[in-house]
Amino acid sequence: MTRSLREVVFVDGVRTPFGKAGPKGMYAQTRADDLVVRCIRELMRRNPQLPADRVDEVAIAATTQIGDQGLTIGRTAALLAGLPKSVPGFAIDRMCAGAMTAVTTTASGIAFGAYDVAIAGGVEHMGHHPMGEGVDPNPRFVSEKIVDSSALVMGSTAENLHDRYPHLTKERADAFAVGSQDKYAAALAAGKIGPELVPVATRSAEQGWGLATADEPPRPGTTVEGLADLKTPFRPHGHVTAGNAAGLNDGATASLLAAEDVAVELGLPIGMRLVGFGFTGVEPEVMGIGPVPATEKALARTGLTIDDIGLFELNEAFAVQVLAFLDHFGIADDDPRVNPWGGAIAVGHPLASSGVRLMTQLSRQFAERPDVRYGLTAMCIGIGMGGSVIWENPAWEGEK
Amino acid sequence: MSEQFPDEVVTQALLRQVRLPGVAKPLALITLDNGHDHTRPSTFGPGGLASLDAALDQALAADVAGIAVTGKPFVFAVGADLSGVPRIGSRDEALEIARQGHRVFAKLRAAPVPTFAFVNGAALGGGLELALHADHRTISAGAFVAFPEVFLGLVPGWGGTQLLPRLIGIDAAVTVIVENALAQNRMTPGPRAAKLGIADALLEPADFLERSLEWAAGVLTGAVTVDRADVDTSAWDDAIARARQVVAARTRGASPAAVRAVDLLELARDATFADGTAAEDDALADLIMTPELRSSLYAFDLTQKRAKRPAGAPDKALARKVTKVGVVGAGLMASQLALLFLRKLQVPVVLTDVDQARVDKGVGWVHGELEKLAGRGRLSPDALNRLQGLVTGSLEKSAFADADLVIEAVFEELSVKQQVFAEVEAVVSDTCVLATNTSALSITDMAAELRHPERVVGMHFFNPVAVLPLLEVVRAGATDDATLATAFAVGKQLGKSCVLVADAPAFVVNRLLTRFLGEVTAAVDAGTPVEVAERALDPLGLPMTPFELLSLVGPPVALHVAERMHEAFPDRFGVGDGLRRMVELGKPSVFSEPGVVDPELAEVFTSSGTGPSAEELRADAERALAEEITLMLDEGVVQAVEDIDLAMLLGAGWPFWLGGISPYLKRVGAL
Repeated sequence: MTRSLREVVFVDGVRTPFGKAGPKGMYAQTRADDLVVRCIRELMRRNPQLPADRVDEVAIAATTQIGDQGLTIGRTAALLAGLPKSVPGFAIDRMCAGAMTAVTTTASGIAFGAYDVAIAGGVEHMGHHPMGEGVDPNPRFVSEKIVDSSALVMGSTAENLHDRYPHLTKERADAFAVGSQDKYAAALAAGKIGPELVPVATRSAEQGWGLATADEPPRPGTTVEGLADLKTPFRPHGHVTAGNAAGLNDGATASLLAAEDVAVELGLPIGMRLVGFGFTGVEPEVMGIGPVPATEKALARTGLTIDDIGLFELNEAFAVQVLAFLDHFGIADDDPRVNPWGGAIAVGHPLASSGVRLMTQLSRQFAERPDVRYGLTAMCIGIGMGGSVIWENPAWEGEK
Repeated sequence: MSEQFPDEVVTQALLRQVRLPGVAKPLALITLDNGHDHTRPSTFGPGGLASLDAALDQALAADVAGIAVTGKPFVFAVGADLSGVPRIGSRDEALEIARQGHRVFAKLRAAPVPTFAFVNGAALGGGLELALHADHRTISAGAFVAFPEVFLGLVPGWGGTQLLPRLIGIDAAVTVIVENALAQNRMTPGPRAAKLGIADALLEPADFLERSLEWAAGVLTGAVTVDRADVDTSAWDDAIARARQVVAARTRGASPAAVRAVDLLELARDATFADGTAAEDDALADLIMTPELRSSLYAFDLTQKRAKRPAGAPDKALARKVTKVGVVGAGLMASQLALLFLRKLQVPVVLTDVDQARVDKGVGWVHGELEKLAGRGRLSPDALNRLQGLVTGSLEKSAFADADLVIEAVFEELSVKQQVFAEVEAVVSDTCVLATNTSALSITDMAAELRHPERVVGMHFFNPVAVLPLLEVVRAGATDDATLATAFAVGKQLGKSCVLVADAPAFVVNRLLTRFLGEVTAAVDAGTPVEVAERALDPLGLPMTPFELLSLVGPPVALHVAERMHEAFPDRFGVGDGLRRMVELGKPSVFSEPGVVDPELAEVFTSSGTGPSAEELRADAERALAEEITLMLDEGVVQAVEDIDLAMLLGAGWPFWLGGISPYLKRVGAL
């Protein structure tokens, strides 16, 4: 048989409002799988041209795949969402880059010709599933010094990154964090945050039903002074605080991917065109540096340079880890191309769900920016990895 | 009022302001939640109504775009808390219950802002009435609604009789409030409710509340308009006439609640809401004080509690696992039993009989019934294959060798049954349960000659086996606890409510029905016209007349039981000449056509007029029932009179308003 590679497009993406994890969070009594179901149903409703039986795969990421995130959540969420029983699904895990990997994996299947249309997303209910729930690390990690014990504590890896790059100071991290909050607040006020949100009915036995329509984590009005005195829980007199890192959050995302010809056939909108991607491993003790080699790899494989990238959606697990990326590529801390609507420090980072948030946001920015041809979504990944995906703007008007 | 409801599980009305995209002001969203999961649905007692009252006041005081009410997961609200009703001692107290509901619900109806009910799950009685007080309703495709009031001996008296007919039309309202309630409290599923117009929008369960809120936002912004058909007042007379026919046919006027409900529905055509609800208050206050309601609540409680935890049943843990069932006999009764065991236990079932033709016929009948079920979509093709593969027939009892339970349904003759059990015992394990479906023979005698009489138990089903929910589990002289526990466990798996009875002639239901029919046939033999005897018991509102019952049981079976009872208790049980003659002539009914006594039976039914009058016959029958019940209790046939009532409710379909039978007999002074 002859085979030709197909272009893969990001059609549409949605997410639940992100919540604060814990008993007081808005999703404390709402199931993780229900968050995913809401996203899938919303995607289908927003794209009625897509016959449900044309969906060839549902890949849903979760870092902790037990309880309400267990039972092969891609499959069960598809069934609960009312997709036809003929639509398969699977669960996928690459820690924080779960949804990103769900996208690259199903996109690869589309490019290869195995799928026409796929749903890819992720969920993390960190209130129900605190990071590291139920893990049983092999003792060889420590006895053979395969990794330092700090490698399994994400905050400690961020402190390690401050050690490696002493010029990335706590003050720079705090300033970046304030910028994230400010940019998010401005985007919210301008109506940029909201159209991609799926309202979620929130259960509370004590207060009755509520409706989540807005993100819970952001702290508008944050100042560098206010951040200066926060505790550094990972190290005495350290650098990493609750203010310059993403919080512990609950939320879900989902996106619709399609072969470009199929999208055209079905009349589906084209938000972005996938150019290429790269994942790489780094030392687990400094996992935050991961996006640097991952992006180098993605650029090398696509023949692009960093200067070709007009918009960056970088996951802000920790401010220092974004700063390390910007520093490496010679980009200013406050470069307007970077996270123009704020990032995870403001909006939150429900681990495995975040990759699709970055993509959804980039795709919406593309629509506003016909002057930009390429954009990049990247994130660091626990146990020492980075992921980077490069996208092309279909609205690009060409060289002027 | 709360002192009458000390056990109220209070449904809290939890108020929360919710921001709706596109709507400037928030929506006041009230969640009804009693703090338990769906197995304990939310109800309205005095405390619950007070909580709702406070939440509505708070919502009305707030600056909101609208007010909406919904329920906890899977439940909207299932109506009034009836737990305290038996403690209500005066009509004034009863009236206050009616008025409190009206007063609170009226606040939702009178709200100056648009109001909504999001019917997310079960909405029964007062729950549905609350929803009807809102301007708009959404309903989940997974929800169901009903007005069980008339079934229980009340009326939907918190606005239901006035609001529903004005919303969906009188004919549909008659169906929901009267007809469905009197048809064993039939529920209306969400899609049907939406079609009837009970709800304005039908939404899928997966995101019901989100979509309901979006729909409500649409109503508030004007993006969604709600169109309802005008109610046709000219349809009232026909529908009310139909309602009265339904009530007459189902209750023969014995349920005051059904009559009052129809009166209120009739009133709803022209009455103002204030007048209509005042009439509801009166009806509720009257009905709460009626003996019929008290009997009904007693009966309801029996079916909800005692039916699920049979009195005197041994420890469940003693029950043995049943992985294969044998049925001796392949006649109609045996085949029905085989089908029931097959469908509910889903284990191999073997039928045996004396010749291949009968065996083939029995297995063929089961296959045919399964195919009918599959044809109606009640069985998937895979389930059909599975069940058809599990039923086999044999001429040899050796086919029972690995069965855990063998039930016999052969000819009602002690020696035949003894022989059958002896043959079965020869091939089965020492612990295999031997059950008999005998109606009237002594099970102790049946077991007497066996090596292991302790494994013999009675499992007396009622015809039609698939429909009637009662199983009399009979402890014979030697029956051990493990055997008895197995019979109870199997009965439960078969979907039956079990009542433990002693090995006394005809057990409970047939003994009472036979005694009762004996009074009727004796009266006819004595010259009371058939037509008079036929209607003499109407004031009780039994599900069928005595002669309809005789036809259902079948005169030969009735004769067999009557003869056996006469043998046991010659003083009290006679065998009527008329009944004998019917069997001799092979007549299935005393009537050759409806209302016309078969001319061939006219000679035995002389209608000379010398027999008791209708009132006398009724009194005789009541006295006879009371006497028999007293004797059964003295003999220890059951644990308590509640078991007799439960058996009559479930095995004979006797109505709630009689409380089975003993509450009625007490109130007419017979017991």
